[in-house]
Amino acid sequence: MSDARAVAEETARASYGRLLAWLSARTRDVAAAEDALADAFRAALEHWPEKGVPDAPEAWLLTAARRKLIDRSRRARTQADSAPALVLAAEEAEAAMRADETFPDERLKLLFICAHPAIDPAIRSPLMLQTVMGLDAGRIASAFLVSPAAMSGRLVRAKRKIKAARIPFEPPPAGALHSRLAAVLEAIYTAFGAGWDDPEDAGAGDLTREAIFLARLITELAPDAAEGWGLLALMLHADARKPARRENGAYVPLAEQNIERWDREKIAAAEAALTKAWRLGDAGPYQIEAAIQSAHNAGRLSGRDTREDVAMLYKKLVELSPSIGAQVGYAAALANSANTEKALTVLDGVDLTRVEKYQSYWAVRAHVLKALGFHAEAVDAYDRAIGLTEDMPTRRFLIEKKAALKN
Amino acid sequence: MKYLLLLYDNEDAWDVMEDSKKSEIFGAYMAYTEALRKAEAYYAGDPLVHSRDGKRVRVSGVQDGPFADGKEQLGGYYMIEADDLDEALDWAARCPCASYGYVEVRPVWNIGG
Repeated sequence: MSDARAVAEETARASYGRLLAWLSARTRDVAAAEDALADAFRAALEHWPEKGVPDAPEAWLLTAARRKLIDRSRRARTQADSAPALVLAAEEAEAAMRADETFPDERLKLLFICAHPAIDPAIRSPLMLQTVMGLDAGRIASAFLVSPAAMSGRLVRAKRKIKAARIPFEPPPAGALHSRLAAVLEAIYTAFGAGWDDPEDAGAGDLTREAIFLARLITELAPDAAEGWGLLALMLHADARKPARRENGAYVPLAEQNIERWDREKIAAAEAALTKAWRLGDAGPYQIEAAIQSAHNAGRLSGRDTREDVAMLYKKLVELSPSIGAQVGYAAALANSANTEKALTVLDGVDLTRVEKYQSYWAVRAHVLKALGFHAEAVDAYDRAIGLTEDMPTRRFLIEKKAALKN
Repeated sequence: MKYLLLLYDNEDAWDVMEDSKKSEIFGAYMAYTEALRKAEAYYAGDPLVHSRDGKRVRVSGVQDGPFADGKEQLGGYYMIEADDLDEALDWAARCPCASYGYVEVRPVWNIGG
């Protein structure tokens, strides 16, 4: 993608999200606000990359959207109940811009709405990508491995719920801020995961970029939230390695990646974000996960052995948030720091019904069993991992590991 | 709910494939089947022989395979159990066929239990 196009798209996205948040906050009708902005946003994505980004991108979009709104309400085809409120909100926004006031950024409120307890957790991440980032439902659907029609239906239902339940467009009350912010961050990280799991870059890969954009937004709009900085650092660290994790279509484990292909600027930005997070003095799981990624990267970049650090950080992570992912990560880190027996104990402690479909558990278990000399059991575990793998390079990598065991 | 996964791939590619590659894919299917079994999601699954050995029957007559429906032909199937379509799609994505062909997911019409 050319720089001009990237800048234009980024600006269009940012302006779109800002306007949608403004219009939704005033009408509580996210769907109608989307309808009003859709054509204007499409036009912006078409024109700006070539003709340059206008000086006042929000005003450009708003004018285009308002014309459409009036046009449509004349033909009485827009959702009648929200149209007058939308026109009013648009006029209010235009007046604010004319008076040279800074256009208020309400995207944080919109993010909180998307991750509201009344909204099904599974739809939170798609809802953010659609409303705040302007992504179309089809692309979101393929990233989350859902049919496009089903995804559209779920998004429509979620927006209907926001309207019907009159979920307030207000920041959460102080007492609930922590948990509500955690829900927002979780949804952002889910988007990153959906992009990360697409190693063949079949289109969802870009979601890592969208998620990083959203995390940056959180750090701008809520700069005192340490976990927001932590999440940003975590994703930047992982994303920096993305170009190196496949070579000629083959899976390359971290320890063997060509570090020349790592994105040093992203690593530096990740370190800066993590420093900001620590300074706020409110440690949390994302900051620890970021520190783990930081130790991984530093280990390769400096040649210093950081495997013990990684294991220690994982131990902390398990204590703080004992998710399956954290436990598996802890076991892998123990195995890497010559603590294989303990790694197996950790794996044995995991409830098996929760890992029936969790590929990483079986891959790590196979690795640990092999290191301990339990070859037959290791073969079984490799099979489970292979059977649960979605992408060809990883599957091939595991098949080779298994084959090496048999010889 | 029962779902039928229909595995479509370019069957001619198999004819010219090296044995080592074939056994790799075979191993991947064994592992996939095992993962389905362990998750108690497996009812049945088999590969099909080349469509040139298939026949299509209508009252008006019998047609010999291969069938000129396109490059990809039905090459195998799985009958699985999944709570909903999302879960069935997850299983379909893990199927080795999804990496080199495509997998059609069809909910089974449950008539009279």
